Amino acid sequence: MSTNRRAFLIGIGVVAAGTTVGVVVAPRLLGHRKPPFDFKPNAFVRIGTDGSFTMTLGKAEMGQGIYTGMPMTLAEELDVNPQRLTIEFAPVDPAFNHPFLKMQFTGGSMSTISTYDQMRLMGATARTMLVSAAAARWKVPVESLATDDGTVVERNGGRRATYASLAEDAAKLPVPAKENVKLKDRGSFKYVGKPQKRLDNVVKVTGRAVFGSDVQPPEMLKAVIARAPSFGAKVKSFDATRARAVKGVVDVKQVPSGVAVIAENTWAALKGREALQVEWDESAGQNVSTASLRAEWRGLAAKPGTVGKDVGNVKNALANAARKIDVEYELPYLAHACMEPMNAAALVKDGRCTLWVGTQNQSQDLNLVAQALGIPPANVELHTQFLGGGFGRRASTHSDFTVEAAHVANGVGRPVHVVWTREDDMRGGFYRPYSISRVRAGLTADGKPLFYHQTVVGKPVLKQSPIGKPIIDKLGFDPSSFEGAANTLYGFQNLRVESHDTDEVVTNLWWRSVGNSIHGFVVNGVVDELATLAGQDGYAFRRELLATQPRALAVLDAAAKNAGWGQPLPAGRHHGIALHESFGSIVAEVAEVSVEGRNVRVHRVTCAIDCGFAINPDQVVAQVQSAVIYGLSAALAGEITIDKGRAVQGNFTDYPVLRMSEVPQIDVHIVESDGPLGGLGEPGTPPIAPAVCAAIHAATGQRIRRLPIAASLA
Amino acid sequence: MITLNVNGQSRQIDADPEMPLLWALRDLLKLTGTKYGCGVAACGACTVHVDGQPVRSCVTPVSSVANAKIATIESLGVKGDHPVQRAWIELDVVQCGYCQSGQIMSAVALVESNANPTDADIDAAMDGNICRCGTYPRIRAAIKRAAEIKRNGGAA
Ligand code: FES
Ligand code: FES
Repeated sequence: MSTNRRAFLIGIGVVAAGTTVGVVVAPRLLGHRKPPFDFKPNAFVRIGTDGSFTMTLGKAEMGQGIYTGMPMTLAEELDVNPQRLTIEFAPVDPAFNHPFLKMQFTGGSMSTISTYDQMRLMGATARTMLVSAAAARWKVPVESLATDDGTVVERNGGRRATYASLAEDAAKLPVPAKENVKLKDRGSFKYVGKPQKRLDNVVKVTGRAVFGSDVQPPEMLKAVIARAPSFGAKVKSFDATRARAVKGVVDVKQVPSGVAVIAENTWAALKGREALQVEWDESAGQNVSTASLRAEWRGLAAKPGTVGKDVGNVKNALANAARKIDVEYELPYLAHACMEPMNAAALVKDGRCTLWVGTQNQSQDLNLVAQALGIPPANVELHTQFLGGGFGRRASTHSDFTVEAAHVANGVGRPVHVVWTREDDMRGGFYRPYSISRVRAGLTADGKPLFYHQTVVGKPVLKQSPIGKPIIDKLGFDPSSFEGAANTLYGFQNLRVESHDTDEVVTNLWWRSVGNSIHGFVVNGVVDELATLAGQDGYAFRRELLATQPRALAVLDAAAKNAGWGQPLPAGRHHGIALHESFGSIVAEVAEVSVEGRNVRVHRVTCAIDCGFAINPDQVVAQVQSAVIYGLSAALAGEITIDKGRAVQGNFTDYPVLRMSEVPQIDVHIVESDGPLGGLGEPGTPPIAPAVCAAIHAATGQRIRRLPIAASLA
Repeated sequence: MITLNVNGQSRQIDADPEMPLLWALRDLLKLTGTKYGCGVAACGACTVHVDGQPVRSCVTPVSSVANAKIATIESLGVKGDHPVQRAWIELDVVQCGYCQSGQIMSAVALVESNANPTDADIDAAMDGNICRCGTYPRIRAAIKRAAEIKRNGGAA
């Protein structure tokens, strides 16, 4: 095999010549080959004698930019221009575990936070060894040497040696202890803190990036599954005669999630599934619909629930409040609707399993597949691919789509790629929970905020996850019910949140910002209602509630100032503001909105974010814009309704998302602070819905207490 | 056997005439740059050019394009040096990237036919392409930049 051909095959994650390629490489530039020798001081970086720099990335890239952010941090301390790095996706290995959570996964907006110190140390360790190698070669003290983009130089302007030329010598040196590795000070950073081009640009504009959908191990078959038409439905019986008669169909078999049709190509599998006859027992979901849940949950919300937080004394406050409100907020089930529908490929053969999948949950997927197949985890190999969006859906609590692929492939002897249609994906559950809250809140006689009392009803996410159980057992309640409410930055002296956990058959999952997108809406909505009750505007009233929070105040002020809060707007346009903290970052957004009849148009969104320190400021802007657009799609029209256990919406035709002509101008202002590093992928989402709804109130006097907005403006 | 002309090459495929071009490209010809997103012409991820016009390959039966010239994202080359790709890189448009082949094929068709697209032109040409990562603001800016690169004869 020629080297080029080989590089290409590695690039598409193939099993070549009977040996499984251990690491799936997504070469940023064509022609990446294995160098004659690699200096490999740790699991993350290799320095080749051919001048190559390779970084192994244990995280999943789903758009959030970790494929660039982590390499930047490592490259900073290694002192190499990040653009020179080639990135590989790591195998599943404890070396790539989250430092504290002891599992390899990507989520919770914490990849950068949790790996920042580690990446710096890994890069600096390599640089220290390369400098020591040069010092030994030239017989000079290390202090007389410096580095410059992949080269060790003598400070007096004398000799220079590339890292490549030092790689073999450096490899012979002992790896220094952490204490003997000196990190740069932030002031001398060359790359971190400055805009850096994404390292996945070229593969993604040429169609060469290999997503889970695109893997091509030889002999691979495609499969689709006739899935439960309603939640909890079970296969009663099926007749595959006609399906098997479809040209290209190879096999039809029952698996836990339905009946799989395996074929030579996707089209044949789809035709086969159309011809398949399945009888379902749909009794489990028969009585579950959004309307019936609503009726039941409204009743529950009026009753005392499990207390998640209780500060001050809401009972007294309620009795003493001069003015108060008693309102109900409702948020729908939401599908993640990743651009790339779920899929996973598996080869099960000779007691071993190879997986190719775009997943946020590498180590859990691997372990659950091993369990499902009854083989040791050591016999399972998982090749992470690019993810066509994640938003939480690809961090499945039960590794549903990966385990399913292993079930389908089991016994086939050839790799099988299980692909989901958009309808499979959208109707397949794992939604953001449906949520109804009753909130009572009030003011003192002089219009000051006095208390906030929320009772939330819904099926919390953590409880549905294996990692959730120990947390819930310890606390005595599921904290995900209250996320974003119990810990609001708004300083209510009296605050109480209670919950009623439900157990409907519909499956839920974390959806970009998890509880924060629910409670960021409820809390900000109520705060806005209180502001009106106090005769103040939303900005001034929030300043009072945040008086002891200087970081939040700075963010709120930055958003208001840059939006021109209080200044005249074009005719028919109105402002609304909201602020929310999540994943360690504080975001405030001002929406400029006009309303004509049922038509809501968002013209401009001004955002301010404090994420501590922006590693790649350009990507901070991109992520906040992304989070705003994602949240705005949901706020305006996003809703999965359940009818007799079935999800009504199935495609972008009835689950509309924002398109080019509807996207507002979105300005993002980074508020630098000395706060700790905060997350980025999610925190921009929670404030957008309440900011838009506050603006709608300013425009029309109507309070939107039920999302999507389209459902409330009916 | 159906003969397709894809990216300037004649390719023979053994396919059901009803098979959408999308699956023929992806599964039979192994051109995986073109993506599936909805299957009902609602998202644009599968956009390719047929005789220079952007079409949704997920609803285009292979038999209907047997005599046409088909161009996929792969036809723009592997280096990213087409003016649209250059603009995309310059402005760091991509996020997850899954929609981008379709976005770029729609954008190429636009700038080929319109040397100076306005915001309204961009809305009209790009509204069929969904991006769940919300890269729209940068796509808009990059289309304008690509048109500029083209007007300058390919020089930046
Ligand atoms: S896949 Fe063809 S338009 Fe969506
Ligand atoms: S970049 Fe992810 S869907 Fe567009």
